[in-house]
Amino acid sequence: MAEKLVGQNYLPVDHIAKVTGRAKYAEDFRADGMLFTKLLLSPMPHARVRSINMDAALAMPGVRAILTADDLPDLGGAERALSNEPIYAGEPILAVAAVDELTAAEAVERIDVDLEPLPFVTDSLDSLRPDGPNPRLEGNAWGAPVPGEGSAIETIKWTTDDFSEEAFGRLPMGRALEEWSYGELDAGFADAALVLDETFVVQSTCHHTMETRSAMAYWQNGKLFIHATTQSVARTRGNIARWVGIDPTQVVLISEYTGGGFGSRGAGAVSSSIPALLSKKTNAPVMMRITREEESYIGRQRTNMTGRAKIGFANDGRITALDLFIVQDTGAYGPLGDHRSAGRAASILYQPPAMRWRAVNVATNTPPRQQQRSPGEMQVNAIIEPVITKAAKQLGIDQVAIHRLNAPEGKAMFGPPGQDGQLQYLTSSFVKEALDRGAEVFNWDARRARAGQRRGSKVRGVGVTVGTHGAGSTDYDSIMTIRPDGRLYVQSGVGNLGTHSCMDLARVAADTLDMPWEKVEVIWGNTGKHLPWSCMSVGSQTTHAMTRANLAGGMDARRKLQEIAARDLGGSAADYEIGGERVFRRGNATQGLTFAQAAQRAIELGGEYDGHELPGDINEMTRASATALAGVGLMGVARDNYPRDGATFSFTAGFAEVEVDVETGAVTLVDYLGVADVGTVINPRSLIAQINGGCCLGIAHALFQKAVVDPRYGVSLGDRFHYSKPLSILDVPARLQAEALGLPDPETPVGARGVGEPPVGAGYGAVMNAIADAVGVDVFRRAPVTADIVLMSLEHGRRMHDPLRAHV
Amino acid sequence: MSLSRRNFIKGVIAGGAVATSAGYLFRGGGSLLGQSSAPGAVERLITLSVNGQSRRVDVMKQETLAMTLRYKLGLTGTKLGCDRAECGACTVLIDDVPHYACSVLTHSVRGRRIATIEGMSEPGGALHPIQQGVLDEQGFQCAFCLPGFVMAATGFLKTNPNPTREELAHGVSGNLCRCQDYDKILTALMRGAEYLRQA
Repeated sequence: MAEKLVGQNYLPVDHIAKVTGRAKYAEDFRADGMLFTKLLLSPMPHARVRSINMDAALAMPGVRAILTADDLPDLGGAERALSNEPIYAGEPILAVAAVDELTAAEAVERIDVDLEPLPFVTDSLDSLRPDGPNPRLEGNAWGAPVPGEGSAIETIKWTTDDFSEEAFGRLPMGRALEEWSYGELDAGFADAALVLDETFVVQSTCHHTMETRSAMAYWQNGKLFIHATTQSVARTRGNIARWVGIDPTQVVLISEYTGGGFGSRGAGAVSSSIPALLSKKTNAPVMMRITREEESYIGRQRTNMTGRAKIGFANDGRITALDLFIVQDTGAYGPLGDHRSAGRAASILYQPPAMRWRAVNVATNTPPRQQQRSPGEMQVNAIIEPVITKAAKQLGIDQVAIHRLNAPEGKAMFGPPGQDGQLQYLTSSFVKEALDRGAEVFNWDARRARAGQRRGSKVRGVGVTVGTHGAGSTDYDSIMTIRPDGRLYVQSGVGNLGTHSCMDLARVAADTLDMPWEKVEVIWGNTGKHLPWSCMSVGSQTTHAMTRANLAGGMDARRKLQEIAARDLGGSAADYEIGGERVFRRGNATQGLTFAQAAQRAIELGGEYDGHELPGDINEMTRASATALAGVGLMGVARDNYPRDGATFSFTAGFAEVEVDVETGAVTLVDYLGVADVGTVINPRSLIAQINGGCCLGIAHALFQKAVVDPRYGVSLGDRFHYSKPLSILDVPARLQAEALGLPDPETPVGARGVGEPPVGAGYGAVMNAIADAVGVDVFRRAPVTADIVLMSLEHGRRMHDPLRAHV
Repeated sequence: MSLSRRNFIKGVIAGGAVATSAGYLFRGGGSLLGQSSAPGAVERLITLSVNGQSRRVDVMKQETLAMTLRYKLGLTGTKLGCDRAECGACTVLIDDVPHYACSVLTHSVRGRRIATIEGMSEPGGALHPIQQGVLDEQGFQCAFCLPGFVMAATGFLKTNPNPTREELAHGVSGNLCRCQDYDKILTALMRGAEYLRQA
């Protein structure tokens, strides 16, 4: 038996293409006669197109076609790539295709669009005021989802009385549209030794992937070929088909490399239908290059939230009750469920014996939101951590100790209660172990001892926070073939974001068949290459979901190898073992078949052995792909039917030390450690990259990144990197520390959970807690904690900005 | 003749186009659309030295080096992340000095030595030591920013071949990554620097 591949570093084959510049992203493809397109974006946050005069543009030599919303299929009210009623400034109204970009842009300038301005609102609280404007003609807030139907938009206004709290900087809590609770809330507060009630404003940020959502499309023999960016290849084909108005079998999506996602294109980008439809209209390939400014409008943003948390604590720091109210800004389209994820995460992370969650999910005329890495969980870390840190100070308890005391353990229970009134529970959690390990590695006690001591104008502080997220779906499929060349070909339907989960899944398949890695080919990134139905490569899902599916497929191939050997060489299948690229009789290794021979025999036998007969429970996409591959070798194809008891969540504990200059307000991150509880480690080096990268996104949210919107004109101001500063290499220490516990999750056969999201909330909360530790627990109640916010508080004893104003 | 960005924008304004968007607009090959040369326009067919080769290329007066490399010379390893000198994804070397190719006019680099990521490895496929360091440490995730980082590091290491981690971080601080494991990026580039010293 060769050494297991799972748990070892390896060189993913795509990295060679990356370091040589040969890796092709969507905008790197060319086609003969390729046209270019430019978009006309709405200058108004809400308007109705009265008329469009395109005569001058169409008369220009070189202009080939103009696409408007009238050319797009009806999507039943969901967001389309172009709109006749733009509901945010920057929303595309039309697109011009021309022989080159300059001509297309000149044509855009010559188009007269007559827009009728409509009421708009950019701040969710303004929309809830008694006379507040609605962002959409249909209303201003999304109601609770109805099973099978989703949410509908409705109008909700709060009373002047409701808003009386605003004067004290506390979030007004009018009627909520969604609510759940468990336990005895009033009794919990009555029993508490300390009750704190704090409001926090969490910012929105653009995902700003390095690669914008450029796309290039052409048609051949009635099929659409499209080079587009997506996080999930198998799951995007159907969306593109729907957006373009064709059948999924008519779409060939090529996306071998995607330049970052962070949730912004979980299953593609609706804007990719523009070059697809323009290409059809012009009968020529069309390239759509999206600029950084355009990306800041159409490239998706995180939901911002204003949250209010009232928490009761016993004298020892144990939480007795938690009452959480969230006003979520879900942007122009939506609705997103980040507010629900936030409520659930609060219950998981802080384990209150009694809890109530209430929320209003408000639409505004600001750019569309989409889940961003740690969607909702990161936000709730910001809302609750200031209360925890303040309580720790007032009760004289160490931050790590109060987090540890309230942390989930094992199969911990959490809300919301199900329809039967019962709480759910985790598959496993080792958060206390992560906190203990982190405190030791980070020298927490020594750092804590020097926190708060002023040296010159500098003062240090330490912070800790635990981030979480659901970390694994189930029930997906895998396809793999052992071919007569003796190699194993694994079809991977997930996207390639560089986290290598796209290839890691094949490590599991290879281990199951004791196959050396040099003999494994991973096929990914092109729906023309027969990919299986796969999970969305979002929300820390892939490693859990696809290791399970590929274990199932590997086991299916094993069984077939054993059966073929028994058929040819006698005995029963159970008499045969797998190893050394052979299937052989137990106790008599010379009696057996090589994988190459077995593959040839599978083709001769046909039936289920080479994929001509397929399992009944696989997805239709898997069935079509397996059918196309039938006959090339011995096929392993299966759906993940492994049982699971509980809900799978991953965790990361973040530890930060910061130094604050109290004369300038500048915050410097001195050191950072992330300790992940993510189950069995599949690919150590990539895992550490995910922990560090996720933590850095959270750190950036704590210190710099934000979306800014002018409330008067409704226009986004932070439309470049310069105005929404991402973390640079100089904003972090020259060494970041990260490690994983490596404790397997007992409820999944490979033991691995996902990792992408939990580090983000950990980094965000830990850095903000460290700042609070350094300069005071009441210095700020909004993020990012920029120098002006720190300085205003320290110098003038009051906080910067109106307490509840968003997008500043 | 060299062109400043200011003069080129003035020229574009005079030409009736939109000044604010000119930098990221691209006009395709002249054969697709007959473009008349304005009086006083610069010569269009020029010779560039790219990755050690002389390349004849038809260039518009407002064309940036990034667009020439990507759309005229097929060198798509040079990425465009912002087209406004903020992210560094388009970093190339001009006479061994890192430049943002999105903010260099192609006309201004005639007679200069231009190096892109494609020119780093040997024609036979052997990787440059910095590429090898990045490969061995698996330095990047999505890797859209990788070519820019590698070119910036290559230029910096010519001035400081034996940097500390902190010094090398300063050397590549004009480049942004959004996957943001800067720790591993720095480790990979330090490994590349080590290989380079040994080479």
